[in-house]
Amino acid sequence: MTSQLSIVVVEQDADRAYEIVAALKNIGMVTINVVSERSGLAAKIKDFNPDVVLIDVSDPSRDMLEELTIASDPMSRPVAMFVDNDSRGLAKAAIEAGVSAYVVDGLSPKRLQPVLDAAIARFNMFGRLRKELEQSKRALEERKVIDRAKGLLMKARSIDEEAAYSLLRRKAMDEGRKVAEVAQALVTAADLLS
Amino acid sequence: MTRLAIGYVPLLDAAPLIIAQEMGFAEEEGLALSLHPAPSWSSVRDMLSFGTVDAAHMLSPVPIASAVGLGGSTVPLSVVSVLSINGTVVGVSNAFADKMRAAGHDFGFNDATAAGNALIAAAQGRLRIGVPFPFSMHSELLIYWLSALGLPAPQNVDIRTVPPSSMADALRSGEIDAFCVGEPWGSLTVEEGVGTLLLPGSAIWSCSPEKVLAMRTGWAEENPIISGKLIRALVRAGRWMVEPSSHTVTSEVLARPQFLNLPGELLDRGLTGRLMISAQGDQRSVPSFIEFHDGAATFPWRSQAEWIGLQLARRTGLDRAQAVRLARPVFRSDIYRNALAESGMDVPGASSRVEGALSVPTPVASALGRLTLQPNQFFDRRIFDPDLPD
Repeated sequence: MTSQLSIVVVEQDADRAYEIVAALKNIGMVTINVVSERSGLAAKIKDFNPDVVLIDVSDPSRDMLEELTIASDPMSRPVAMFVDNDSRGLAKAAIEAGVSAYVVDGLSPKRLQPVLDAAIARFNMFGRLRKELEQSKRALEERKVIDRAKGLLMKARSIDEEAAYSLLRRKAMDEGRKVAEVAQALVTAADLLS
Repeated sequence: MTRLAIGYVPLLDAAPLIIAQEMGFAEEEGLALSLHPAPSWSSVRDMLSFGTVDAAHMLSPVPIASAVGLGGSTVPLSVVSVLSINGTVVGVSNAFADKMRAAGHDFGFNDATAAGNALIAAAQGRLRIGVPFPFSMHSELLIYWLSALGLPAPQNVDIRTVPPSSMADALRSGEIDAFCVGEPWGSLTVEEGVGTLLLPGSAIWSCSPEKVLAMRTGWAEENPIISGKLIRALVRAGRWMVEPSSHTVTSEVLARPQFLNLPGELLDRGLTGRLMISAQGDQRSVPSFIEFHDGAATFPWRSQAEWIGLQLARRTGLDRAQAVRLARPVFRSDIYRNALAESGMDVPGASSRVEGALSVPTPVASALGRLTLQPNQFFDRRIFDPDLPD
C-alpha cells in the first residue's frame, strides 16, 4: 500500500481504545482517529472519511453507522467489526454479506493486521465488481441506442444494417466522437421530428 | 422439547417473546426459547440472516427493505406474524415543548394535525428528529405525517439514527429536537427530565404494524411444524397479555435484569396506555397505545407489507409498482393461517385489506366467525387500497 491508510476506531472504553490504537500503530502507515462518544457519530465519521471503520459489534451505535453506509453508498467504506465468539461461522457469513470483516474473539492485537487486510481486499473487490457492473450496464444502454440509430438510418436511406453502422462509425471518426454519442444525437433528433 | 434461538432488542414490544418463554406458552407447544438480546437492529438482522438465531423480533420495514434491495441483508426474510401494533411515541426536547406551549399548543396528545403543525412552526432551521433505525415504522410514520402536513420529508427534515437507549442523551446534548421511539425509551426521556411527549404513534396511524416475527424464508418453509408452534405460542402469549390482570406480571417479568433492566413502573405506562408526558407529571390516557392481540393484531396482512413497500419507494425513489410487488409476499399470511388452523383461534378470511378505512370496530369474515377488526385510520383520513395504487 502506497498511501497512508486512515482508520476510525469507535470504542467507548478508553483502555480498550488505547490498546487498539497501540496495535494499529505497530502496523505503521496509518492515520488513526478514535471516536469515543456516540453523539454525532455519523457526522464525525463522514468528516474523517476513513478507509476503514472499526466498531465493536456489541455497540448499539452500530445502527448509526448503518445509516451512514446506506446514505453514502452501501459499499463505499469497509467496516470491520469485532464479535466475541464465532461458534456458528458468523465471520464468514458476514463477510459474504458485504460487511467487510468480522473479527472473532473480541479484540486481540495480533489479529488486527489480517482484519485490515481482509477489510481492504474485500472493499477493493466489491469496488471492482461494482465498476464492472456499471460498465456493462452502460455498454448495454449504448448498444440499444446504436441499434435504434441503425434502424432509423436503414429506413431513411434504404440501406442494410452493415451500411448503416459504417455510416455511423464514419461520422463518429470524422467528428472525433463516440459511435454511441452520434447514435444518441440521431435518435434524439428523430424523436423531435416525429 | 425443541430448542429455538431468537434474537430481540430490549423494548416493551419484545414482550410476546419474553412472556411466551417465561409464562410457559412456548413450553405448552414443546418449545424452549433461548432469547438473545442484541444491541442494535443491524445486529439482530445479521444474527437472523447468518443463522445465529432461528427467528427474530424485528422492525416491520426491515425485511421489506431487504426485499426491495435496500439495506444490508442478502438472505430473503419472511414475516410470519406481527408481534405488536403501535407502541411508539413522538417526543420533543423541553426547549421545543416550551416554545410550542408559548405558541398555544395544548399537548392534547391525540390530534396529529395540531401537534405536527405546532412542531413545524417551532422549528427555526431544519427539524432534526431521531429514530432508532433508517428502516423502521418510526421513520415511515414521521415521513408520512410531516409530508401530509406540507413539510415534505425526508428532503426537508434531518432524520437521524439514534439508538433508543441514547435518545435521552441526544436530546440533552441538543443533537436532536424531536424523536420517535418505542416504549419505554420515550417515557425515560420524560423521567430524566429532558423530553416532553407530543403524540403516540397511533395518532398518526391507528393500526400500524410495529414489530414482527421474522424468519429466513427458506428456514420457515422447511420447518413449518416448528415455526407453526412458535407462532401459536406467541399469539397465545399476546392473548394473555391483553387481559388487564396480566399487566402487572408482564411489566415485572420484563423489568428483570436479564430482559429490560428498567423499573417496572416505567414499563406499566406503555402497557396500560397511561403515559406521563412531561416531567411536571401531566398524564394522558391512550386507548390501545400498544396492541398485542385484539382485532387480529398479529395477522400479517399483505396490504401492510405493500403500504411499507410503497412508502420506502416514495422516499428513496425506487419504482413504486415494483416495490409494492416485491413487498407483498414478504408478509406470510399463508404461513400464519396454517399455524393457527385448528388451534381454536380465529383468523381473518382475507389476506389483504384496505388500510385506513375503518373508523370503528368492524366484524369481518373469518374462519370461526367471531373476529372484529380494530379502527384503522390515518390521521389525514387517506386510505391505501392495494388494488388501486396511486
